[in-house]
Amino acid sequence: MIKAWFKSGSPWIWLTAGAVSINLLLVVGLLFLIAARGLGHFWPADIVEYHYQDKSGQASVIIGEEVDQSLLHEAQAIAAGHEVLNNAEYLLRLLVKTGNRDILGTDFRWIQDQYIQSRSTPDDLVVIERREWGNFYGRLLTVKQDGAVIAEGEQAWQTAQEKLATDLELFDEIEQLQDKQLGAINYNLEHLRLKQRALELKNQWNDSKRQEFAAQKLAYEQDYKVIQEKLAQLNKQIKCCSIVVAEAGGKQITIPLNRVVKMIRPNEMGLLDKSIEYIVNFGQFISEDPREANTEGGIFPAIFGTVMMVMLMAVIVTPLGVIAAVYLREYAKQGFVTRIIRIAVNNLAGVPSIVYGVFGLGFFVYILGGSIDRLFYPEAAPAPVFGTPGLMWASLTLALLTLPVVIVATEEGLSRIPKSIREGSLALGATKAETLWRTVLPMASPAIMTGLILAVARAAGEVAPLMLVGVVKLAPTLPLDGNFPYLHLDRKFMHLGFHIYDVGFQSPNVEAARPLVYATSLLLVMVIVGLNMFAIAIRNNLREKYRALEN
Amino acid sequence: MNTTKTEPRRTHAIDLNVLNRPEKPALDQLETCISVENLNLFYGSKQALHDVNMQMPHKKVTAYIGPSGCGKSTLLRCINRMNDLVDGVSIQGKILLDGEDIYDKNVNVAALRRRVGMVFQKPNPFPKTIYENVAYGLRIQGINDRRILDEIVENSLRGAALWDEVKNRLNDNALGLSGGQQQRLVIARAIAIEPEVILLDEPASALDPISTLKIEELIDELKEKYTIVIVTHNMQQAARVSDFTAFMYMGELIEFGETSTLFTNPAKKQTEDYITGRYG
Repeated sequence: MIKAWFKSGSPWIWLTAGAVSINLLLVVGLLFLIAARGLGHFWPADIVEYHYQDKSGQASVIIGEEVDQSLLHEAQAIAAGHEVLNNAEYLLRLLVKTGNRDILGTDFRWIQDQYIQSRSTPDDLVVIERREWGNFYGRLLTVKQDGAVIAEGEQAWQTAQEKLATDLELFDEIEQLQDKQLGAINYNLEHLRLKQRALELKNQWNDSKRQEFAAQKLAYEQDYKVIQEKLAQLNKQIKCCSIVVAEAGGKQITIPLNRVVKMIRPNEMGLLDKSIEYIVNFGQFISEDPREANTEGGIFPAIFGTVMMVMLMAVIVTPLGVIAAVYLREYAKQGFVTRIIRIAVNNLAGVPSIVYGVFGLGFFVYILGGSIDRLFYPEAAPAPVFGTPGLMWASLTLALLTLPVVIVATEEGLSRIPKSIREGSLALGATKAETLWRTVLPMASPAIMTGLILAVARAAGEVAPLMLVGVVKLAPTLPLDGNFPYLHLDRKFMHLGFHIYDVGFQSPNVEAARPLVYATSLLLVMVIVGLNMFAIAIRNNLREKYRALEN
Repeated sequence: MNTTKTEPRRTHAIDLNVLNRPEKPALDQLETCISVENLNLFYGSKQALHDVNMQMPHKKVTAYIGPSGCGKSTLLRCINRMNDLVDGVSIQGKILLDGEDIYDKNVNVAALRRRVGMVFQKPNPFPKTIYENVAYGLRIQGINDRRILDEIVENSLRGAALWDEVKNRLNDNALGLSGGQQQRLVIARAIAIEPEVILLDEPASALDPISTLKIEELIDELKEKYTIVIVTHNMQQAARVSDFTAFMYMGELIEFGETSTLFTNPAKKQTEDYITGRYG
């Protein structure tokens, strides 16, 4: 009976189907966990006001949002020095995000459920997202302009929102002026200085040049002055308003409005309002720069850096891999040497990625980059241009790392092109190179794309080598901007993978960083999936176009 | 070496009526196009062709027949040096095309293949449009002028009796055509570069009878302009389409002569045995 069942082959079907199901479950479970933990962070949760009376009998008010719960067994709780009231079997503790780091010293606090006298969610509680010190939780009292109170009570909320809107606009304008225009002027001045230095080194620095440069410098400095005056004015304008708020304990503090990013009253928001707020929060997360040691704000530079680096890597690795594969498969005499090369290539794929990082740092950055600096940028010395980790070296290192995948996939593709097609082309008077270029390579392009997809998936997720060759915790500028030559391959950049590591393990504020780790992981997965989808779409298109002979 | 068992066993494998054609000049009176002289070919240490000598005349159809593995395809592929692509092939002897040795080391192989077109057993169109398939050989030669291409593509497709079937879908993928159409497309592709010789390697063996008939009619038309060498398994086909026939066996050329003579009055016993179906 059992024997017959085994013979029928169905156990194998069950086994294989089971393996596939487990894989699927793992993938779905992983995505679900990351999504559930990460996406919840953007939801504007209700703020609760707890009336609390702790062991010593001292009453206090705590305002904040509940983020986590934990159960502690009674015996454990007592052993840990807690008292357990009402003979409860478990001690329930709540983790409350109370914000107000400037006053309380921390953002989060564990409180015990048994001490809570009452809880309520009054509509007038506000969350204020600040540029420094994290969130503020409490009540809005008055709005001040130039030191004078202009609104209080119920009107205060409306007035504060209006003033905040104008302040945010001003803030954007200031950012724009500082980053783009002042940045450009600084960039040009630096450029000018380097040019002068270069001329000096070549002994071509003379009076006419001196005058010319001085005139240019003067022009830039005048522009600089104009912008600075404008900035001073804007800064004065933006600083005019402030709000007075009261925290849970009743202590009043004044927050200048230009230090505020957002003010909401989640308790009075309906589901629709909250949903809109959620989308806005998520949008800000993926489009803004990080703040406060990466624990607040967005991750746009990291997304940008990741995509940029992967694309550059693809641009480098594709021609290199394809050319190598073409030589190996089409031109090299098959034999001992090619076999050795193939083994070497396959083994390269197994080298730990950190080794590539070390190689990249030692060879690309120091040797290659150092030589480039000596040859082409003597004027910048002692500051390195390419002799320091940067985008180009990171892309090159990853290209090296993913090269085996592309070579193997391309060789596979080339070997699958039917002989009859090659002969057909040769019989029409095409040379081998023409046959390759016009027929074989286009037909092998889906296989090349498959290699590239695997390469992209691996490169986008790689962190270890990048830490050595160009990724930093916080890059002040993007590698792509409006200053000539627009793409700055020598700049350092941010990367989602490293950002996860940094936020998760190097952050001063662990609790605040936790949801960001999940959210960033989700983003990283989404970026990789997106890049892959893009490549897969191209591949399917090519497959359709160069569908091989069916017979 | 696997021999085909599909040939029906009859005393005369072919219908002799098809051989009754008028005015047949003798082989030695015709101008020679391709001359094979003392050709020996080795695959590694295995000899595949033994001392082959033959003169194929201008603008005539020459057929190679013989059992599988007898070397007829190998001989055919020598004429445009397709065997160069096979590892371990060595060739001794000469093949003269219009008096020039194509195995001379100064010969440009790509240029030679432009003069000697080839159609393979299985249709092998490129995964491109019908138009680009026909234009392929021209583009290789650097002809990209749209008007010239249009004209040559149309003429070639007409020449291959395919124009009427595809004129409205020149930009469709060639792989969407039927097997017979694909084979005629490949012929159009070959004649687009105006070769002197067209080699056909069992061009109809993968096709149905109607497509086969069309290809045969086409061969009849093509010999007006081109010298044609065809390898076929099908003796009826050889009898129908060719002017001269070579019978090969075990890498040797057993007999070569006018088709009508070879089929009705073979000089060699082996030839007679083969065409009467005594081996096959």
